[in-house]
Amino acid sequence: METDTITAVATPPGEGGIAVIRVSGSDAVGKVSQIYKGKNNLRDVSSHTVHYGYMVHPETSERIDEVLVTVMRAPRTFTREDVVEISCHGGMVPVKEILEALQTIGIRMAEPGEFTKRAFLNGRIDLSQAEAVIDLIRAKTDRAAKVALTQHEGKLSHLIQKLRSEILETLAHLAVNVDYPEYDAEEMTSQYVMERCSYIEGEIERLLQTAKQGKIYREGIATVIVGRPNVGKSSLMNALTQENKAIVTDIPGTTRDVIEEYVNVRGIPLRLLDTAGIRETEDIVEKMGVERSQQELTRADLVLWVLSHVEGLTEDDKRLMEQMKQNQVIVIVNKTDLPRELDLDELKRLIGERPLITTSMKEDRGLDDLERAIESLFQLGRVELHEGAYVSNARHIHLLKTAKQSVGEVKMGIEAGMPLDMVEIDMKNAWQSLGEVIGDAVAEDLIDQIFANFCLGK
Amino acid sequence: MSYVGGEYDVVVIGAGHAGCEAALAAARMGCSTLLLTLSLDTIAYMPCNPSIGGPAKGHVVREIDALGGEMGKVIDKTHIQMRMLNTGKGPAVYALRAQADKFLYQQEMKKTIEEQPNLSLHQGMVEELIIEAGVAKGVITRTGARYHAKAVVLTTGTYLRGKVIVGDLAYESGPNNQQPSVNLALHLMDLGFDMVRFKTGTPPRINKRTIDTSQMEIQPGDDEPRAFSYETTSYIMDQMPCWLTYTNDDTHTYIRDNLHRAPMYSGVIEGTGPRYCPSIEDKIVRFADKGRHQIFIEPEGRSTEEMYVQGLSTSLPEDVQLNILRTIKGLEKTEMMRTGYAIEYDAIVPTQLWPSLESKPVPHLFTAGQINGTSGYEEAAGQGIMAGINAARKAQGKDPVILDRSQAYIGVLIDDLVTKGTNEPYRLLTSRAEYRLLLRHDNADMRLTPIGYDIGLIPEERYHRFTAKKEAVQLEIKRLHEVKVKPTEEVQAILREMGTPEINNAVELAQLIKRPELGYDEIAKMSAPPEPLMKDTAEQVEIQLKFEGYIKKSLQQVEKMKKIEEKHIPSWVDYAKIAGISSEAREKLQQVQPISLGQASRISGVNPADISILMVYIEQSGKVYTIDE
Repeated sequence: METDTITAVATPPGEGGIAVIRVSGSDAVGKVSQIYKGKNNLRDVSSHTVHYGYMVHPETSERIDEVLVTVMRAPRTFTREDVVEISCHGGMVPVKEILEALQTIGIRMAEPGEFTKRAFLNGRIDLSQAEAVIDLIRAKTDRAAKVALTQHEGKLSHLIQKLRSEILETLAHLAVNVDYPEYDAEEMTSQYVMERCSYIEGEIERLLQTAKQGKIYREGIATVIVGRPNVGKSSLMNALTQENKAIVTDIPGTTRDVIEEYVNVRGIPLRLLDTAGIRETEDIVEKMGVERSQQELTRADLVLWVLSHVEGLTEDDKRLMEQMKQNQVIVIVNKTDLPRELDLDELKRLIGERPLITTSMKEDRGLDDLERAIESLFQLGRVELHEGAYVSNARHIHLLKTAKQSVGEVKMGIEAGMPLDMVEIDMKNAWQSLGEVIGDAVAEDLIDQIFANFCLGK
Repeated sequence: MSYVGGEYDVVVIGAGHAGCEAALAAARMGCSTLLLTLSLDTIAYMPCNPSIGGPAKGHVVREIDALGGEMGKVIDKTHIQMRMLNTGKGPAVYALRAQADKFLYQQEMKKTIEEQPNLSLHQGMVEELIIEAGVAKGVITRTGARYHAKAVVLTTGTYLRGKVIVGDLAYESGPNNQQPSVNLALHLMDLGFDMVRFKTGTPPRINKRTIDTSQMEIQPGDDEPRAFSYETTSYIMDQMPCWLTYTNDDTHTYIRDNLHRAPMYSGVIEGTGPRYCPSIEDKIVRFADKGRHQIFIEPEGRSTEEMYVQGLSTSLPEDVQLNILRTIKGLEKTEMMRTGYAIEYDAIVPTQLWPSLESKPVPHLFTAGQINGTSGYEEAAGQGIMAGINAARKAQGKDPVILDRSQAYIGVLIDDLVTKGTNEPYRLLTSRAEYRLLLRHDNADMRLTPIGYDIGLIPEERYHRFTAKKEAVQLEIKRLHEVKVKPTEEVQAILREMGTPEINNAVELAQLIKRPELGYDEIAKMSAPPEPLMKDTAEQVEIQLKFEGYIKKSLQQVEKMKKIEEKHIPSWVDYAKIAGISSEAREKLQQVQPISLGQASRISGVNPADISILMVYIEQSGKVYTIDE
């Protein structure tokens, strides 16, 4: 199966100093050499070397950009195919022109994730690693990148291996009892298997818990800013986006240009929903008022409710609070630089235990408090990455849930008085599901385990 | 000088456990068959332990019987004791084991073979195969007889370049000082077979008169009559016990002090031994923290005082063996009758075989038993019957019969061998079977008797009995689903007696039987079937209902694998041309030439990514192919 040659920009879009264009495929070197001019012909250079030269237009031979080209030959590359990386100047123009030139000579734009897919198909990385790489590409903040990185390096694999070997030990012991009934190994008891299962179940549950956090890191905390007109929603949003630098902007797909913005608050990614809506409506006539759509509220992991210090609570406010009963809400009383009309006691009665922050966007006060409140609400700062592994993709979560269910069925079987060699089928299922997370389920392990741990024979 | 000895459909070389089954199967399928053996006195000989069966192995004996083979019938007539093992566990792992009267077993098998129509038995040493255009066409013996055949089955056991080792003594020999087969081994290498060198061993034998069984635990047989064969109707109830004793610190110290005289450690032995059958010196070294090892003393037959010392397999020098024996409780004054020894032999690398057991290098040549790298009488017999069946079908121009992993332990065994190969003598274990719950001791007939009937090994009249049983099982299961018992005093009394809670409402019998405390007998007491069930019919009903949930789960797993099991790999696939698979996988795939993606996925060194690529390749190439058409 000859692979065709594919290309994609490896660096994030936007104005960086340098952009890297990656090319992979059986004929990557030959193809790129057609539009590269330098001291050496790329076909002749040795693997894993860097070359200075120019990319030129395939028809006119005009110079497009000054570049450094890295040639890496199979199999010691990310995709295990020949790979060429072209480092050119950042900015849309040179990148766009080089990509066009590459396509002219028969290199195809890669589909999303295609490099990773090839790496996987060529046996370069296992499934969980491949999926972590995909998450890495999509990671929205530094910390999310760290989660993706540890998984990539096999931390998740390691944890799962550990759990699997726990199960394997029990399976091997059961197998010895069955295959060598007269051997004086201790007979595995239902109670012991029950205890092992409870432990394993708990460990899987712990991994599943991290899934929640993994999702937050990867996708960001869906955040909605609400409040009556003129309370400072727009200022709040600007403060958040400017101070923390939006990491990803411009997600097209609706009639509006901008519907979401990502901000990084103390390492916690917030995904601000309907930011365009706020920007438009704040300046022009406010149509929606405080009545943000119910749909948006249900989508939200976090609601930032902005109130003005200079206005008292209204019926609208109470109605809104009623709507937000299920939400995580941080209440922000803005414009504290102006005289107070708001009855704080009444507000506190209304919001109960929810955190209350006072700010003055105008005087740049209180934003720290807000950030701290967000941080403590999601407690990500404390969770840190001490366990090192997060489950962060749907397939893993599904498999872990399946494994946990299987372990549960072992326990149910034992409770129903089923013999251990029967419930073993569920235990083996759990072992297999865990194996599928890391793309590896070899039955031979069991046989080795049996003979390594038990002295058997005639 | 050579002469034409005869023309046959099938020639079988070797009359051990594999060869006997192969020859009988071929002859019963209507092939004129010749069985050649080095010695007529060692037919179906048991050179090691005097027992047949146990977990997985006993299952295989049942399967052989369900297919129409012989091993089960012969042991049923010649055992000195039978026990059902694992009765405290689930029915999937119940395992029958018999202690054999070695001599009677041989006699009985020899007689069966002699009386079998279509089958000739002849003593002779085969030195060469007749090969025409690369295809096996017969054999030539040392005495110059040329036997022509349409298919040849090779079951040479441990005789190929056999070498016996005791201490620093090593000599060329088959087991128990039989002649080794040297020229045939060299001939196979010339024909292009890859060979490996394996090692196995056997413990010393002692005289019963010189041991004190009062110092040991007695191990009697079951009181309940047992049988391997579905056909057996008369049972041997006069049984002989075995005895259990243990090694101790003195034993271990003495062995450690004499380790330097062990060929395993002095480097005399080069073959790979099995992990599941280590010598006593191996056990002491590898499991140094274990304070004692079990030693079972087993009679070799009714007409002898010779006893087998299970657990004491060794190749230490003779004097050391005797001293070891005498450290053991009850054996202080024992006399050693035969010395334990290790034996090295050639086996072919089994990945050179198709799943039919036909060899890839030489078409029409089939191999079975220890020559394929297995160990154990039952493993040999299981391959033997399949090799016999497929050699016969080859001779008759029919497609091979291949049992899959969800059908039989024999299927697991052969698939493991031809797919993964083995780097030690291979022994079956229940844990090698992923569908263990389906491959039970009790349902071997349900799984395999229809196949045995289709290929002509099961006679009409036996098949009718089988279908009648099968119908009775289905009928009774249906009835138990339909009948509900009410909480009458009679029913409650039975429940109370069995120590299970009383019922409040009417309950379906099929539900009630699932309670661990209840069996079919109690259910039948609550509501009797129109006609009382035969014992094994009742057993089927009980197992199928009691463990319905688990059986269903297993069937789902079979179903899940079916997709790739049934994905046939066309013979035009050229692994050299598939880019992207790892070089290790490519090499293994070329070697094994799997017939399905399922088989390919079980090759070690072939990872899921390789399978994905292979699948993509086959599908893409398939498309191209159709377009071309």
